[in-house]
This record gives sequence, C-alpha cells and structure tokens, in this order.
Amino acid sequence: MLELHEICRGFSGKQVLHDVSLTAARGQLTGFVGGNGAGKTTTMRIILGVLAADSGTMKLDGAQLGATARSRFGYMPSERGLYPKMKIAEQITYLARLHGFSKSEATARAEDLLGQLGLGERLKDPLEALSLGNQQRVQIAASLVHDPDVLILDEPFSGLDPFAVDLVLRVLVERAQAGAVVLFSSHQLDVVERLCDDLVIIGEGRILAAGEREHLRRRHGTLRYELASETDLGWAATQPGILVDSQEENRILFQAESEVAQQLLSQAVQRGQVTKFGPVLPTLSEIFREFTTDSTDPAAENAQEAAR
Amino acid sequence: MSTQSSTPQAAPSTRLGTMAATRLVAGREITTQVRSKSFVISTIITVVIIVGGIFAMSFFGGGDDDPSPVAAVEVPAEVVQEIEGSGFEVTEAGSMAEAEQLLRDGEVDAIVTLDPQSPVGVHLIGLDDLPMGAAQQLSVMPTMDVLEGDAADSMMRYFAAMGFGLVFMMVAMGSGVMILQNTIQEKQNRIVEILLSAIPARALLAGKILGNSILAIGQALIMGASAVLGLLISGQTEYLQMLSWPMLWFVLFFVPGFVLIASVFAASASLVSRQEDSGSVMTPAMMLVMAPYFVVLIFMNNDFAMLVTSYIPFTAPVTMSLRLFDGGVAWWEPLVSMGILVATTALVMAVAAKIYTRSLLQMGQRVKLSAALKSSD
Repeated sequence: MLELHEICRGFSGKQVLHDVSLTAARGQLTGFVGGNGAGKTTTMRIILGVLAADSGTMKLDGAQLGATARSRFGYMPSERGLYPKMKIAEQITYLARLHGFSKSEATARAEDLLGQLGLGERLKDPLEALSLGNQQRVQIAASLVHDPDVLILDEPFSGLDPFAVDLVLRVLVERAQAGAVVLFSSHQLDVVERLCDDLVIIGEGRILAAGEREHLRRRHGTLRYELASETDLGWAATQPGILVDSQEENRILFQAESEVAQQLLSQAVQRGQVTKFGPVLPTLSEIFREFTTDSTDPAAENAQEAAR
Repeated sequence: MSTQSSTPQAAPSTRLGTMAATRLVAGREITTQVRSKSFVISTIITVVIIVGGIFAMSFFGGGDDDPSPVAAVEVPAEVVQEIEGSGFEVTEAGSMAEAEQLLRDGEVDAIVTLDPQSPVGVHLIGLDDLPMGAAQQLSVMPTMDVLEGDAADSMMRYFAAMGFGLVFMMVAMGSGVMILQNTIQEKQNRIVEILLSAIPARALLAGKILGNSILAIGQALIMGASAVLGLLISGQTEYLQMLSWPMLWFVLFFVPGFVLIASVFAASASLVSRQEDSGSVMTPAMMLVMAPYFVVLIFMNNDFAMLVTSYIPFTAPVTMSLRLFDGGVAWWEPLVSMGILVATTALVMAVAAKIYTRSLLQMGQRVKLSAALKSSD
C-alpha cells in the first residue's frame, strides 16, 4: 500500500498542495481525478521523487519511501516523450539499464516487452518513424520495462486511439492483479468510474474526497429515484416533497426523502403496473461537479471571466 | 544456466549508483552522436580540410616562378649551382657581414651558408621570419634561423595562435550546441521526467558533460592528428618540433576548459523548454566560447593582455598555450593558471548542477536565473 500523509508543496511562494493525504492499495486500480491545475501532476511527481515535498511523509507497505523502493516505480508522464531519433529497442533498453538492469537482461526485457506490444518487427526503427499509436505503445513499454510494482500514470488515456486505450487498460488491470499499486489520473471520468475500485478527488491542492467508488457514490452527490410505470405518471410531479429532474410520459427521475419516495411508489402501484423503481446513484461526473462547484467560488470565477 | 536465462531476473532492489548512471548517460550521448551521419561527415570534412590545407600550402606555397634572391656565404661553386638549379638567384657575398647587409636592405630573401648538420647541407637565415618560402623550394627542409628576434616569431606564431583558437572555438561550439540541443530536447519532449524518476538530476548532468567532453577531446585530438599528418606528408617536420610542447599543454588545458564550457551550456539550456527559446540563453555561452579566439586574434602582440588573459579561466586554454609557444613563461605560470581554471570549473559545475536540477522540470516560460538559484528543491 502506498500512503501519502499531509504532503505540502509550494512553488515560488504559492501553495500548490495543502496537506494532501491519500492511500492506494495493492491489487486494485486507484483513480486520481481533479480539474486542471488541481495538483494531480505535482502530487505524482512528488510520489516519484522527481519533485521534493516541502513537508509530509510517504510510505510504501509501511516503510518510509526512499530511492531504493522508487527504483521499482514505473511512470508515464502526462506529456509523452522519448528520444525521437533513437531506435525503440535501444531506448527501452537504456531506460531499463537506468533502472539498474544489466545490459543483457535489459536488452532481453526490452525486446520481449516490445514484442508483446506488437512491435517485434520495428525494434530497430527510430521512434519518430512509427505511427502515433505505435509511439504510444513504446511509451507504455517505457513505463513497464523494469517490472514496476508501483505504477503512476498521468493521464494514460489522453490522446490514445481506442485500440491503445484497450491495451493500456489491459496492462493496468494485469499489473494490479499481479499485486502492484496502480494510481492513475484521468479526465475521462466514465473510464475512471468503470475501472477504478478506489477514487481520490483533488481540487485546488486539497483532497476533497477519497475512498471506495460505491461508497463515494452513496455518500456524495444527490440520491435520486427512478420510477417507471405502464400508466401515465403526470400526476406524480405535483406530489408534495418531490423534486422532478426529468419526466417522460411513463418514467420520472426525482429527488425525494426515502419515505416520500416509498409513498409515491405505493400510489403508483395503485394506479397501474410499476415496471421499475429504484435509487439512482450519482455518476462520478456528478460527484465531481458537486465537489468542484463547492470548492470554487462561482462569483469570483465569473468576475475573472468578465475581466478577460 | 539455461534455466536461469529463461526466467527473467527480478528487478534490482537497489537504485543505480550515481557513477553508474553517469556512465550510462555518457555512453548514450557518445553513441548517439558518433552514429549520426552529420557527425561522421563533418569529422571527415574537417580532417580532409586540415590535411589538404596543410599539404596544399606547402605544395603551392613557394609557387612563384621568379627565382628567389639569396646571398651565399662561403659556399663552394658546385653547391651554388645546385641551389640555382632549385630556383634561386644566388648572389655571392664575400663575408657574413656583407650578406647580412644585403638581407637587411631587402636585396635578398635569405642567406645561405654551409651546414653539415642540415639534411641538404645548407643552412638558411631569414631576417625576422624563417625563410619558409625559400626553404620549401629545396627538396628537403634545410636547417633555418633568423637574424633578428625569436625563431618562433611572426607567421608560425600566427599559425599557432589561429590553430589553438580555432580548434578550441570550433570544438567547444559544436559540442556546446549539441549539449544545449540535447538538454532542451529532453525537456521539450518530457523524457526528462522519466529519466529523473530513475536517476538523480546530477547524474544526468554529469553524464552529459562527461560524454560530450570525451567527444570533444576526441575531436580535438583528431584535428591535432590531422595537422600532424598533414605536416608529415608535406615534410614540414620543422613545425612539429616547435608545436609539440605547447600542444601538450593545450590538450591539458582543453580538458577542464571544455568541462567549464559544457557546464555553462547545460545550465543555460535547462532554463528553457523549447528549441525556439534557445537563442536567448545561448548568446552568453557562445560569447564565452568565442572569447579566446578573438582575444588571440586582437591582442596577439599585446604582452600585457596576453598575460592577463592567460589567467582568466575562459581564455586560458588558448592564450596560455600561445604564451608557452612563445617561450619565456616561468614554470609555475601554467600550473597557477591551470589551478585557477580547475577551481573555476568545479565552482561553475556546482552552480550549474543547482540550476540544472531546479529548472529541469519547469516547463513553459523561460526560468529566471535568480528563481532557479533560489528555489528550494
């Protein structure tokens, strides 16, 4: 388990991270979401030791995180980059050697991994000669070649074609199943929602919410109910204690206290056959929106907008 | 053993040491450049120009058809005939004093005397300049001397000054720009983040400096060897003897001098994140590289300026070598100058490492120097 405890960091006087604490467990995917400039990349760089924290502690499996443990971290930065003119096998070998593998072992690993990613025929081609999709695969190889047991990926899906998205997904799940810590950030909230067991939401350098996905969905956002019937549900909207979000002839989506919702259900059953009733958990985007609108002062933002 | 090789070894549990990382980075810098076509082609062109140039100079140097007037002193008639056969117009001088008068009046270009030590049996004396033109007309280089001043003066000296200055400037500029481009490229395409997640920034910097220094010294040695080759082919071994000692010093000075330049380039480059912005940080570094060449070009005959610049770290490699070539330098002078150079290099490297480490991850706008020095990672 990777643990961050009250990490603070500022850049030239401006505080970017405020007491950031989070955990990412082994064997599952942890999603890290937040708006632009929320502090995701800075947090990730601090985990990797590329940046230093001003204060706070980091632990891996209970032990203080140091350079030795970090040599088994794999990193995919949000802005991708490798040497454009270097042959791909050579460049992955070089990175493996920087992580401490012997020359022969590094070469074997690099060629093997690139082969697995479907690039076995292109080993001697310079990176810039490959298509964008294939370049992305090389990038994935770069973060995996040293068999990392902690994977930190900054926006791993941005700019990927659907094939590459599937490839990355498969790789992430595989690594997690093998017992690695996998922490990744993404703007694609639907992907995060589908994949991640755990979520961390960050805004303006503070952790806004963290925990199991289902737990978060139940606890945050607005609980709504969906009711569908074979008869017209037009009468339901006028009932006291009910706030209708959307209404069709045979289906309504509404917010209400649990008891009020049950009363509405029993009324509906009396009027006709109910085909569907149940709570609708908020989607991650809704929770995310709730948090981000809470944390930013809309008036101030509008004023800024107007000033531009 | 076969079972072992089929199972991949577990990831090493210790992080690669700084030294090992430095060597790896240096190795990559060297192999990438040595393999690039532009590097190979430019090296071949340089060798061809140097060898060819020296050869052509000796071949066409004395190429005027008019016989050069010389004064012969106590030279037997058959030798005079032989000299006239080589394209000289010989005036018999009764005594050395008479011959010297002819030389001073400009009636003759050189004085010819007999010399059993000389490979061709004659000795040539110029006025204040070795009579190279005349000497080259003989099939084998005779022994030579001058009437006034040091034998090493004027043309040879100019040649040496240009040689030291140009070699230093060309090599330092080429490698400096290479370091600058590599560093910005790593920043621009963000591979630097992956590199820094594996190895410390100072290993990256040290590897860059080490790799490019080895390359630069290799290039300088190739240029030197080409010059020696050219002189050997054209039979101008006379120059070789005069150059050997200062050249050795030049090589010694070149090493820390280049490391100094390399550090400045790497630190400058880390301040910007796009190739388009490289101009603003390159100018100061470029001026440092060009300084030695222009100093010798302008102040070659100003003893005071030469003395001062031979102690300034950035110009010392060239001016001190030239002063050594001139002679009259106390034994401790190159040592002191070398000491100052090495100390400055160490200091600049430390500052460069600081700037490099702190600005490597600052993307976007150019990082202000003061901000890079103040920031706290």
